[in-house]
Amino acid sequence: MADTDSFIVDMADRMFADLADLQTIILSRSDAWKQRLWAELEQTGLTRAWVPEALGGAGAPLDEAFGVLRAAGRAALAAPLAETMLAGWLLAQADMAAPAGPMTVVPAAPDAAPLRMDAEGRLSGSARTIPFGAQAGHFAVLAHGPDGMAVALVRAADAKVAPGSGLGGDPANTVSFTAVEPVQFAPVDIAIEDLMLMGAVVRAQQIAGALETMLALSVRYAMDRVAFEKPISKFQAVQHNLARLGGEVAAAVAVAASAADTVSETGVRGDAALLEAASARIRASEAAGTGSAIAHQVHGAIGFTDEHVLHRLTLRALGWRDDFGNETWWSVRLGQFVATGGDQRLWPLLASR
Amino acid sequence: MTTALRFDPLRLPPRCQELRREVREFLAEEIANGVFDPDNPESGSANADAFARRVGERGWIGMTWPKKYGGGERSFLERYVVTEEMCVARAPTRRFFVVDRQSGPTLIRYGSEAIRQSILPRAVRGELCFCIGMSEPGSGSDLFAVQSRATRTEGGWLLNGSKIWTSNAHQADYMIGLFRTAPPTKENRRHGLTSFLIDMKTPGIVCNRIGMMTGHRDFNEVAFTDVFIPDDHVIGEIDGAWKQATSELAYERSGPERFLETYGALAGVTRLAGTEPDVRVAAGLGQLTAQLHALRRMSVSVAGMLEQGREPVVEAAIVKDLGTLWEQALPQRARELSALIPLADDDGWREQFGQRLSYYLKAAPKLTIQGGTTEVLRGIIARGLGLR
Repeated sequence: MADTDSFIVDMADRMFADLADLQTIILSRSDAWKQRLWAELEQTGLTRAWVPEALGGAGAPLDEAFGVLRAAGRAALAAPLAETMLAGWLLAQADMAAPAGPMTVVPAAPDAAPLRMDAEGRLSGSARTIPFGAQAGHFAVLAHGPDGMAVALVRAADAKVAPGSGLGGDPANTVSFTAVEPVQFAPVDIAIEDLMLMGAVVRAQQIAGALETMLALSVRYAMDRVAFEKPISKFQAVQHNLARLGGEVAAAVAVAASAADTVSETGVRGDAALLEAASARIRASEAAGTGSAIAHQVHGAIGFTDEHVLHRLTLRALGWRDDFGNETWWSVRLGQFVATGGDQRLWPLLASR
Repeated sequence: MTTALRFDPLRLPPRCQELRREVREFLAEEIANGVFDPDNPESGSANADAFARRVGERGWIGMTWPKKYGGGERSFLERYVVTEEMCVARAPTRRFFVVDRQSGPTLIRYGSEAIRQSILPRAVRGELCFCIGMSEPGSGSDLFAVQSRATRTEGGWLLNGSKIWTSNAHQADYMIGLFRTAPPTKENRRHGLTSFLIDMKTPGIVCNRIGMMTGHRDFNEVAFTDVFIPDDHVIGEIDGAWKQATSELAYERSGPERFLETYGALAGVTRLAGTEPDVRVAAGLGQLTAQLHALRRMSVSVAGMLEQGREPVVEAAIVKDLGTLWEQALPQRARELSALIPLADDDGWREQFGQRLSYYLKAAPKLTIQGGTTEVLRGIIARGLGLR
């Protein structure tokens, strides 16, 4: 559990420890824990954290809700909390209230073919790799309408959802709409990239959280595990690997927290938001790759088994790199932005933060 | 839990960004006057003395020090902003950099009042250059193997032995040097070392300059033969200098100079790339920018912790470990990206960039050695994680 200053984040950490403990989940070999966890998440209002009070949500400060997402990452939470929060945020941008139950956002990739909304509000098109698409009751869809961008709230039952799962084992589905009538729709001043940017910061927070737990587990294991007649933590080669893991965790935590703070302060538009969100996505994703590899190396064979909790963290951290534009897509995006400004504007951009 | 690493986001206060504008205007004027060339990493050394005095006039040396010693009692974050602007512009700070970052704070904490009164106001004016006498031919990362001796004599001490790899010793007015005053004990091999303030003009000191692979000759071997140091020039506790060293490392290791040394390679390749680069070049620029941004936000976060009076030794070691590896790899990565950028008709910059890159490639190996090697830093981080 991390050292936080937030009551909400502490509460989330406790809830995940009680209801979504990784070892307990593995031993139970059933999904019964998911209902209890979800009921508790709804009751505490965390699923509606980014829905303003006026729209029936919890209206939590943006940055505290980001803190909850890092806590969810620490627990490698296999539930659509981040997706439901993000959907609530998207609906709120169009002054729409959020229904109860799990939700997710469509699209979840920056380069997807656009979803079209006709003049009557009917949606058509399909989107790939929608996280938790198969578990959502509703979709918050960002579509191209006849007069600009629009948000539509759609019942999952009205769409076609193909089976599928991502690297972490959680659902990732192709979702198709054929002239689907939404529950509600409204115009919105949000571009696809704005949604991707928000999603990228969300995922960076989750990755940072997962890395925090990987570090804690790896340090503990190294001190417990005896080889060559001493704890492997006493070997300098192991110490240096763990120090590198510490560096990767630190980088991910710092860059994700900085991006979350920026988006909380100034929103998803502007040069600073682009720098921060793209950097968080890029650097946290790198840390996920390097950090997961070290965590597995330290754990040896046991960490590779399905009985051990490590893979639930490492595979989710690796999988979270892919939604809302992976690190390569954001590198190109940020690099093009930097090139457009030229070398004289690069340092002022960095120093503005 | 010992493994919790905290890097809270810090928003630089508006006064820092105002100060940043002042520093940029000042540096632009210096560049316009030909004092140094930001595009040439090797320029400016001839004007370093006068430059230091002008920086002193602005109040940008000893910014955080007490006013009674001429300092500005300004925040650590303000100092941070000044340091990073100087670093990015490649301003010739060598005359005052060491005293501002390290030696001054050491004297404030451990020096006698008379020493503080006589030294610090001159340092603030940019009149004094310091060097640090730690390494010896037989003692590098293993600081506690120091063999140069200080022996008691009437009214003070006699120094004998030699220091090596001492940057700028040949130009320095003072050294803060570590000498053995007693043998180590069985219980504590760090015991027996004492810090001294050494006037470099004292008879018995000889500086022999050492050429470096960059072509510079800033390194020195400094030989001491019966060099007399008065009693009041002992800095801190006799035989207990090791206690002083560790608490200051957070200041020394987390600053912007630990990842900006080769920044010119990134700016240079960005300039070479033009406004519409190939997708591979764009991806490379974006990745480097993100990595630099992450390092800087970590470093600023540590500066915020120092401002709050905390001692983030492990966090600082992490910044230096990641930062120096990054700045060391940067010239090579800029070199790789530059090969993907098509030749332009008007390509005068490419040749200049190539020269600049050569310098950075030559300087790169040093970056993960000075001020604590990667290996030493990882030991510190491992200790912070509870492994040692």
